[in-house]
Amino acid sequence: MDNGIANPALSARDYKSSVKPVWCPGCGDFSVLSAITKTFAELQLDPAQVAVISGIGCSSRIPAYLNTYGFHGVHGRALPLGVGLKVARPDLTVLVTGGDGDGFSIGGNHFLHACRRNVDITYLVMDNQVYGMTKGQASPTTAPDWALSKLTPEGPGINPFYPLVIALASGANFIARASSSDPNGTARMLVDAIRHPGFSFIQVLSPCVTFQPEQREWKKLVHPAPVEATSDPAKAARRLMTDDNLFVGVLYQGTRKPFQPCLEADLEHAAELDEAFAI
Amino acid sequence: MNAPSVESLTVAELLAHSLAIEAEAEERYAMLAEQMEVHNNEAVAALFRRLAEIEGKHVAKVRTMPGGDSIPHIAPWNLHWAGQTSPEAPEFGEAHYLMTPHHALELALQGECYAAEFFSEVAASASDETVRRMAQELAQEEREHVALIEQWLARYPKPEAGWAEDPDPPNQA
Repeated sequence: MDNGIANPALSARDYKSSVKPVWCPGCGDFSVLSAITKTFAELQLDPAQVAVISGIGCSSRIPAYLNTYGFHGVHGRALPLGVGLKVARPDLTVLVTGGDGDGFSIGGNHFLHACRRNVDITYLVMDNQVYGMTKGQASPTTAPDWALSKLTPEGPGINPFYPLVIALASGANFIARASSSDPNGTARMLVDAIRHPGFSFIQVLSPCVTFQPEQREWKKLVHPAPVEATSDPAKAARRLMTDDNLFVGVLYQGTRKPFQPCLEADLEHAAELDEAFAI
Repeated sequence: MNAPSVESLTVAELLAHSLAIEAEAEERYAMLAEQMEVHNNEAVAALFRRLAEIEGKHVAKVRTMPGGDSIPHIAPWNLHWAGQTSPEAPEFGEAHYLMTPHHALELALQGECYAAEFFSEVAASASDETVRRMAQELAQEEREHVALIEQWLARYPKPEAGWAEDPDPPNQA
């Protein structure tokens, strides 16, 4: 697949800002950053028409590293910001990014309702199964027997949150899992996710080499999904029953119409408000 | 454009692969240099910066080759690599904040070897005579880079065990 442009005007480097990432060397998020810039270049998106919205956490620093509009929001609230922006400015490409703690714990409720609402945005979660920025506590996706944190010396002991299952059950229209070990494959998935109408969700397995160093092995363990994406939620659900958390690929591409309210009447009202506040 | 097979590569597609190899390596070394700058590993930062400059010159060189002014665009996931990332670009996951110039050069050496292998594979299996000849030349260039980096490596012996030990590690709870 290509974008139909023989000599693209914008290359991946045009989407990268001059801010140097402060992630630990070896972090999977570098690869995700590279995948995002490649994606924007493949789609030849005008940087002024792209907004990258994030919450709090290591991965949520990504908007600063991109040469597009960005908003580094408050913890767990990236999705409502992104949804609100897209509803107000449907002409923009809105990419919401963050980590597993931000998205599935503090922002868990927003995740459910963003899937349900199905506004045409893309949500990319860099999942490293740990709170890295606050020095390595168990997150919602941490294994119950992970015992490397002093806060949970015998492991969290709780079944992990299962993002793909929740996304499917809640109504996300595009659901996929990628691996940071394959930045080109991640870029391809992200291109498809952005193009797909409605709420698209990608879980990217992105190792934390500092607090979960054993995740360096993920690159050897991930494997392509054995089947093509389906538009049948029941089929997708059955596939998830045998998921080992390490398959990569697109699970589900739904056909549900995106939610986009008509704001014209409200915008007129807003103009009246503007006049009332004019100095 | 769908993924071309090695056997059926055209001259233009070979140039597209060559350009992607050099451009990705340039970008990757530049990002690794930034990482090392942020982590105050100045020696390795300077080395990665130098490697990025060299790869940048290779990018410019590909563009000056015959046909280099009209290289077709191939989506990154349709480039024909044996692995998931460009052969010459070091993997992000291999970086460490305490790595030494020796480690950086080992990564560079690995990248040059993979690139040489790629072009050798094309030279051995492409059906087009011109593509085979160009691929042989490109493979030879990569082998020269291998020799050069091996010379550099001789100046930076392997560090002793324990090089990654940090008395104040970032993961100390």
